[in-house]
Amino acid sequence: MNKNTLYDKLWDAHIVSERDDGSTLIYIDRHIIHEVTSPQAFEGLRIAGRKPWRLDTNLATPDHNISTDRIERDAGVAGIPDPTSRIQVQTLDDNCEHFGIKEFKMNEMGQGIVHVMGPELGATMPGMTVVCGDSHTATHGALGCLAHGIGTSEVEHVLASQCLVAKKMKNMRVTVDGSLGTGVTPKDVVLAIIGKIGTAGGNGHAIEFSGEVFREMTVEGRMTVCNMAIEAGARVGMIAVDDTTIDYVKGRQFVPSGELWAPAVAYWKTLVSDADAVFDIEVVLHADDIAPQVTWGTSPEMVAEVTARVPELSAQKTPEQRTGLENALAYMGLEGGQAITSIAVDRVFIGSCTNSRIEDMRAAAAIARGRRAAPSVKQVLVVPGSQMVKAQAEAEGLDKVFIDAGMEWREPGCSMCLAMNADKLGSGEHCASTSNRNFEGRQGNGGRTHLMSPAMAAAAAVAGHIVDVREFLSEVVE
Amino acid sequence: MRAFTTHHGLVGPMDRANVDTDMIIPKQFLKSIKRSGFGPNLFDELRYLDSGEPGQDCSGRPINPNFALNEKRYNGASILLARSNFGCGSSREHAPWALDGYGFRVVIAPSFADIFYNNCFKNGLLPVVLTEQQVSGLFDELYREQGYQLTVDLTEQTVLMAGGRSYGFEIDEFRKQCLLQGLDEIGLTLKQAPAIKRYEEQRAERHPWVFGAIK
Repeated sequence: MNKNTLYDKLWDAHIVSERDDGSTLIYIDRHIIHEVTSPQAFEGLRIAGRKPWRLDTNLATPDHNISTDRIERDAGVAGIPDPTSRIQVQTLDDNCEHFGIKEFKMNEMGQGIVHVMGPELGATMPGMTVVCGDSHTATHGALGCLAHGIGTSEVEHVLASQCLVAKKMKNMRVTVDGSLGTGVTPKDVVLAIIGKIGTAGGNGHAIEFSGEVFREMTVEGRMTVCNMAIEAGARVGMIAVDDTTIDYVKGRQFVPSGELWAPAVAYWKTLVSDADAVFDIEVVLHADDIAPQVTWGTSPEMVAEVTARVPELSAQKTPEQRTGLENALAYMGLEGGQAITSIAVDRVFIGSCTNSRIEDMRAAAAIARGRRAAPSVKQVLVVPGSQMVKAQAEAEGLDKVFIDAGMEWREPGCSMCLAMNADKLGSGEHCASTSNRNFEGRQGNGGRTHLMSPAMAAAAAVAGHIVDVREFLSEVVE
Repeated sequence: MRAFTTHHGLVGPMDRANVDTDMIIPKQFLKSIKRSGFGPNLFDELRYLDSGEPGQDCSGRPINPNFALNEKRYNGASILLARSNFGCGSSREHAPWALDGYGFRVVIAPSFADIFYNNCFKNGLLPVVLTEQQVSGLFDELYREQGYQLTVDLTEQTVLMAGGRSYGFEIDEFRKQCLLQGLDEIGLTLKQAPAIKRYEEQRAERHPWVFGAIK
């Protein structure tokens, strides 16, 4: 008894029925919907003559392919320049209207990137199962949820039945003890973890992030970490509930108040792994060993400390590793042995479901304040993750800090993280990006992505090349 | 859903590890609101020399001669042989839709990313996991022999090679049955509607805050 992991507890609490082969019908508490992975699901419902099982569980918003340009946004859905994108956003509005699903429309307060919006509205609460047709749904695990991405067929399945057929994953625990050094952020922690276990390291597992570093982290920081569990191969990342979680949740729009609050908190506090819980895999890192991280290659596991050099071909052990490195260096236009800080950046992107929350905006603004983006940098996009983040940042004057630094302050959306809208890299351009994937072509055909923290990206914008943000933190800017 | 029992076909190679879903079907094609039509844009950035756009006629586009699947000997391939962690990255089901649209019925690899693996089963596409060593052996044979073909038998859970050799593979019983019979998974789940309702009633008593918040 009492040897359950957090994942075990969340799984057990949502079992509707089990089959002999272990495949289980799991109940889904919250379903978040966006324009790209839902149209075929709604179409499927229509063809089969089905209705959503429940309405009060679904929440929709457009985020992936909408414009972040103020003038285009002000023109509404009809003003989306690309006709296929316009049809997709309009289709989401039409489907939500038709089926009676709550949607925060493109320019409404509440709209935002699905994984920023859910937690900030309190639509995501501890103990819930949360799904969305987007792999970064792992983000919501920061609140002690069982949250993961699903494909479009499963979007339809959840809409129709409020359930998914799933098989239980294995348990993995990643523990990071100690205190993070100056300039080292949650993004650096998760990139260091991916560097250690690799992009397939978490396949088939639910990862629980544990240890002092995560206990001391804000919920927004925890979201950055859980967000990138998928880049470590795990559909699910999660962090146990504590007072920080409960303080974060309190008072948000969809969170219970009054007489439901106390029993909810009492339950949420049980959402921790038992002391004797057994994990199939344990990984341990030490905070002291983590420096600001930068990816140099075409996979998130191709990551190094900012002070390091790009790996050399001669240091590779197997022919496969050598070929992989050769391909990555050719695509990235880099030489083995080159200092990471020697990489010039053409564009900078500060945003995405990984790093577009108010704390990210503040961290980037702290570097941008009183400085200017280097003339060699063509564009610095700062894209808040939601209407609420945007409003808060503007109330704090952060928009002016960015604009004064020669950076662009945009409207909320996914933007250059996946470049489905007009925000994209040109071929061969290097980008200091706070997003989550540095795959070939991810930010634009031929574009070269370097993943890093918001403060590091802002510092790269100022320097015109990748730079150790700690050099900026020792300077005092009046 | 289309059923899958056994498939015999030509094998084509995708000889690199960590093939991500952006590589399988780039983001600009995700703007479609349909389930079909993605085949011509499978592996778009590798397959063509220009930059592809949705709705474009691909027949006149410049082909990348260095991309293996463009070689004549692999024309009509319906079994894709791939390396580890195939399908990593986003949850887009457009990836299996694109593979299916191209004509692939089976993908063989040493490992798959979880969400992609799951998505395949919803579309009558069979992902087969063999060992690293077995996959490497198949790559060797594929490169050596023109017109290399395999038979994949889901009932027996085997990959059959020439000369009667075979490799077994593992698969969940429920997924196997759904695929063999082409079952509508949603229809199956809805047969359990009473159990779902019972669960909801019990849950609403224990955790009432989960219900009714979003209006």
